[in-house]
Amino acid sequence: MQLPKLPVGEAVEALVDWIEEYFGWLLDGISEGLRFLVGGFQDLLLIIPALVLILLSSVLVWLVTRRDTRLAVLTALGLLLVWNLGLWDLAMLTLALVIVSTVLALAISIPVGIAAAGSDPLNAALRPVLDLMQTMPSFVYLIPAVIFFGLGSVPGIIATVVFAMPPALRLTNLGIRQVPTELIEVADAFGTTPRQKLLKVQIPVALPTIMAGVNQCIMLALSMTVIASMIGAGGLGYRVLVGIQRVDIGMGFEAGLAIVIIAIILDRITQNLVPQHENR
Amino acid sequence: MKSEGSVIFEKISIEDATQLQPIVSVKGLTRVFGQDPEKALALHRSGRSKQEIYEETGSTLALNNVSFEVMPGETFVLMGLSGSGKSTLLRCINRLIDPTEGEILIDGEDIVGMSQEELRATRRRKLGMIFQSFALLPHRTVLDNIAFGLEIQGIPADERHRKAEEVLQMVGLGGYGASMPGELSGGMKQRVGLARALTSDPDILLMDEAFSALDPLIRRDMQDELLDLQQRLGKTIIFVTHDLDEALKLGDRIALMKDGAVVQIGTPEEILTNPENAYVEKFVADVDLTRVLSASDVMRRPEPVAQCTAGPRVALHLMEEHDIQGIFVVTRQRLLRGRVTLDDAVEAVKKGKQMTDILITDIPVVAPDASLGDIISLIVESPYPVAVADDTGRLRGVISRGAILAALARKGEDTHAAS
Repeated sequence: MQLPKLPVGEAVEALVDWIEEYFGWLLDGISEGLRFLVGGFQDLLLIIPALVLILLSSVLVWLVTRRDTRLAVLTALGLLLVWNLGLWDLAMLTLALVIVSTVLALAISIPVGIAAAGSDPLNAALRPVLDLMQTMPSFVYLIPAVIFFGLGSVPGIIATVVFAMPPALRLTNLGIRQVPTELIEVADAFGTTPRQKLLKVQIPVALPTIMAGVNQCIMLALSMTVIASMIGAGGLGYRVLVGIQRVDIGMGFEAGLAIVIIAIILDRITQNLVPQHENR
Repeated sequence: MKSEGSVIFEKISIEDATQLQPIVSVKGLTRVFGQDPEKALALHRSGRSKQEIYEETGSTLALNNVSFEVMPGETFVLMGLSGSGKSTLLRCINRLIDPTEGEILIDGEDIVGMSQEELRATRRRKLGMIFQSFALLPHRTVLDNIAFGLEIQGIPADERHRKAEEVLQMVGLGGYGASMPGELSGGMKQRVGLARALTSDPDILLMDEAFSALDPLIRRDMQDELLDLQQRLGKTIIFVTHDLDEALKLGDRIALMKDGAVVQIGTPEEILTNPENAYVEKFVADVDLTRVLSASDVMRRPEPVAQCTAGPRVALHLMEEHDIQGIFVVTRQRLLRGRVTLDDAVEAVKKGKQMTDILITDIPVVAPDASLGDIISLIVESPYPVAVADDTGRLRGVISRGAILAALARKGEDTHAAS
């Protein structure tokens, strides 16, 4: 005798229907908002002539790295290559996606990380959730993202946010917890309010660690672009995907190279954003 | 400065200060670290030892019924080995650690019962703290570190920077305001730590092993400067140290702690010469007396003295009457002018010379707080007794070789007899 199949699929469908019915307005709102943000960002990046933007980027790198001329020149050369390969528009879409995803991920992970540093129960509750987010194969959250937000850049952003958030949250938590006890005592002994202690002592002292988290967040967001393009997020990732599908090594490699160039530039900028202080 | 109160014939000391209200008053302070403080306290009341309480409950009795009072302007040293509870006690005073039991009055207000709001106000206005590890904020410039307390109080930037700059000058670091803490040496960092605590002008400075991380020479300089600052600013200082020499040098009074309890409270003299029990005795056994005793401890009354308006005949008469070989010459205000020897006086009387002709002005003079070690080297080189004069130049006392030997012998005996 054959056991009847448990109606898991049906249950999920019912759940999705229910969510669509009662929270459809919310999902639509999020969807519209994100689409507007990405579109706006991409338009902004494309309004500026490519050569001007390349120059601005290399000046930015030069300033942030405290006048590392070599790195500024390499930035300009790398971006010129992207432009020359005809990938500029796609690169700007990818950049817009990465920036929007990262900002969203940080807007969630940094405050939650700070809260987790101040509360052991919250920290304990978050740990398995973060483990799940980091170890679950990233393709898996493409499915619910598509279910709720359809195809396109929005589910790509949602999946990217989920994927990129954990390191920033963990490092923020760690950074605040690692602020030396004496510095906390200084804050208390001088009569700080909890808010002053957080803003004037804990966050600034933890900032190098928090920035390492921000850096990881950006890198993970970039690495997600190819996967997100499978659900229509577009950009350089889509180009790579097409290259794979057509077994066009040249096309895939060019787009992949452009991703690497953007990644290196973003990495160097974020790594140097906060000066490192010798402790004690 | 501590010796100011102990000049030999104008003894102003703690007894006179008792009319004042204590600025810090600690009563029956107990602190238990662990899961079940109530149970540990109950065991403690039934007379169990710290060790027994730990074995039974896993809780540590860090402070055991500690009581003491600190007078305004006093330097009160909490001394003990590591684990004796001295740092815990210090942190209870500004409630970085909450006491389990007992009360701490600061200017008569119980800090233990204060709300968060009142506690913050008290910490801002009355309590400054200096840490062993300096604890400077690494992301702020020296000036912004020093201005931290004022910033917390909401003082506008230009005003707090002006104040911080003043204090920076005072601790001898003018010009370093824009440096980052990472660029400074240990001694400089602790000057910044001191400046940070002084900037909000608190009445009480809590110093937790403040100089213990510095190397010996710099440490001595910092101690001298603290004494100097203390004299100028008149702060009340509660100073934690494990170093007896430091305690003896800085403290007006010392509380010696062991296993969370105060074993003895007294002036450095009392602790050294009258150790209350074997523990204190062992602690002080290795102290070099020449570093502990100061000029004011061994000097005698400078009598007789000759007025400089009087002639050589008067001086000669005084010397003959007291059977001495020389005499100090002072003004009416007892300002030291010099010394006249018996031989010179005899010759002056014969030849009709004036007092000023035979006055020897090149004589050894020390301050009342000079250490015995310094005086011994002076007295060995000089044929005359050493004069003790305060910083206004008034003659306070005189030290002969005999007086030093007698003082050392007496203290040595006391310490011996007690052990």
